[in-house]
Amino acid sequence: MTTLVNRAPQDTRGNWKTYLGLVVVLLISAFPVYWMFVIATSTDAAVSQIPPSVIPGGQLFKNLHEVFTMQDVYFAASLINSVIVSGVITAATLFFCSLAGFAFAKLRFPARNALMFVVVLTLTVPNQLGVVALYILMGKIGWNGTLLAVIAPGLVSAFGVFYMRQFIAHAVPDELVESARIDGATTMRIYWSIVVPAIRPALAVLGLLTFVMAWNDFQWPLITLNGTDFPTSMVALSDLASGNYVIYRRVLAGAFAATVPLMVLLLIGGRQIVRGIMEGAVKS
Amino acid sequence: MSLTQLRPSPQHSAPPVQQSRAKLWLYRFDTRATPYVFIAPFFVLFAIFGLFPIVYNAVVSLRTWRLDEPDKDGWAGFANFTKLLTDSDFWNALYNTFGIFLLSTVPQLLLALIVANLLNRKLRGQTWWRIGILLPYLTPVVASTLVFSVFFARDNGMANWFLSLVGFGQEQPLDWRADKWSSWIAIATMVNWKWIGYNALLYLSAMQTIPKDVYEAAAVDGAGPWRQLWRITVPMIQPVVVFTVILSTIGGLQLFNEPMMFDQNPQSASGGSAHQFQTIAQLIYKVGWKDLNLGYAAAMSWALFLIILIVAGINAGLTKRIGGDR
Repeated sequence: MTTLVNRAPQDTRGNWKTYLGLVVVLLISAFPVYWMFVIATSTDAAVSQIPPSVIPGGQLFKNLHEVFTMQDVYFAASLINSVIVSGVITAATLFFCSLAGFAFAKLRFPARNALMFVVVLTLTVPNQLGVVALYILMGKIGWNGTLLAVIAPGLVSAFGVFYMRQFIAHAVPDELVESARIDGATTMRIYWSIVVPAIRPALAVLGLLTFVMAWNDFQWPLITLNGTDFPTSMVALSDLASGNYVIYRRVLAGAFAATVPLMVLLLIGGRQIVRGIMEGAVKS
Repeated sequence: MSLTQLRPSPQHSAPPVQQSRAKLWLYRFDTRATPYVFIAPFFVLFAIFGLFPIVYNAVVSLRTWRLDEPDKDGWAGFANFTKLLTDSDFWNALYNTFGIFLLSTVPQLLLALIVANLLNRKLRGQTWWRIGILLPYLTPVVASTLVFSVFFARDNGMANWFLSLVGFGQEQPLDWRADKWSSWIAIATMVNWKWIGYNALLYLSAMQTIPKDVYEAAAVDGAGPWRQLWRITVPMIQPVVVFTVILSTIGGLQLFNEPMMFDQNPQSASGGSAHQFQTIAQLIYKVGWKDLNLGYAAAMSWALFLIILIVAGINAGLTKRIGGDR
């Protein structure tokens, strides 16, 4: 009589159909990345073969070498630029957002709730729509065509402040802050020796998400860096793929090189990234 | 926890009375001003690089602002906006944007629900499945679109090879970029691929907060797993569904990377030989930095902003309506 149905799905064991479905989803998710690798290792002949070859070839390093030595693409430099841009953005976001999150969660000051409301409001502002004016602004400051133009708009994020505030609110006990205060610790000292150690997991989550977003950003870096000697890796890739005659094994070797760092992050920090996305969903 | 050890001992509990005036002043300054110092970086940086450009965009849109002729600078009134109304490129881009948006959002969110439902079971290697479906989310769009470009190539492309296996296009291979419908499908496929896993995780996290007895009560009516999903699970996670609809509306209407990189010559920003897949975000880039007409590009940004507001509002309302009816 009683079938599986009267149980909640989360209490139901996955059957073979569930696993089959998930395997298909996983294959579709992974295939383009795998195929990127296959083409990156292939010869021209293998790329245009029918039926398509799905086995890696042997000339990954030759293809990579061609990408890295190509004139006017600055591919090697672009990878370093991307590391600098994403690294600085991540570090600044973690620092500024945890500072603000701490203030909003644990410190008392006039207009606190009103200001937090402003932060939440800014979450909804699609700043991609301000690129024209941002370009003019950067032109006035003289930063267009430099990495500063890409870094500056990414230094803080409303989501980061929001996420940090939520986490600090229950990760740091009020008594701990109070007693440290009575012991004569300054607010900065409390932040540094009580808050930061307590929120390491949240810092990992926010750091990973921020790094990935900064690394993959394309539109604004393209606008401000295109045609300069300091592209980010995404801008360099678009350069590599433009032109009258595109050599796919070379383009995809570049794409592969720009993707590998993120795949490494997924392997190391996949758990944290999953958690960050799922926690963000519950709170929003 | 060693909380108790950190509790103040009695002799400390009186605030620093005996201490010098300077120290007291410092203490006051610290408790009153430091909170503002801590939140200042966010507000200052956001005001300069986030808020100001959007407001200033309005000023630019009302001016003649050309990168090639800086002297022509001056008020243009609503000339940029009236030009929009009769600009066939703009309407074409709007049409393309909505076409791709529909083809990518609807399947994306439906498939995400199904994947989330698969993940919402007791599974071996639970975390690894979740990490696995995030692979597309982490892959740079610029890189994955290049792979899809090879996949959808006219000559020797894998998509055409699949089609030929089931008997289509054997005499003449399909040129995916050539027509609106085929290029839209190709681009929508890329968008779907990227976002299904991410949305599935959002749905999954909401599904796990549904109280279990809801399902037990519903079983009396003899609801099968499929009906269970549509009649119980989906209505229960409706707020998150509305949230993802709004998110994908905002993202989908600003689609830029995929159509840019799918082009034979990405740097041209033309969206195909006859603009068959040029989106508004792409047109803004072309008008601003290829035609060097920043004033007009700013006006277009405002138009897009309004369109997004309206469509996000309508979609949120529709989603609520659908959820409420069930």
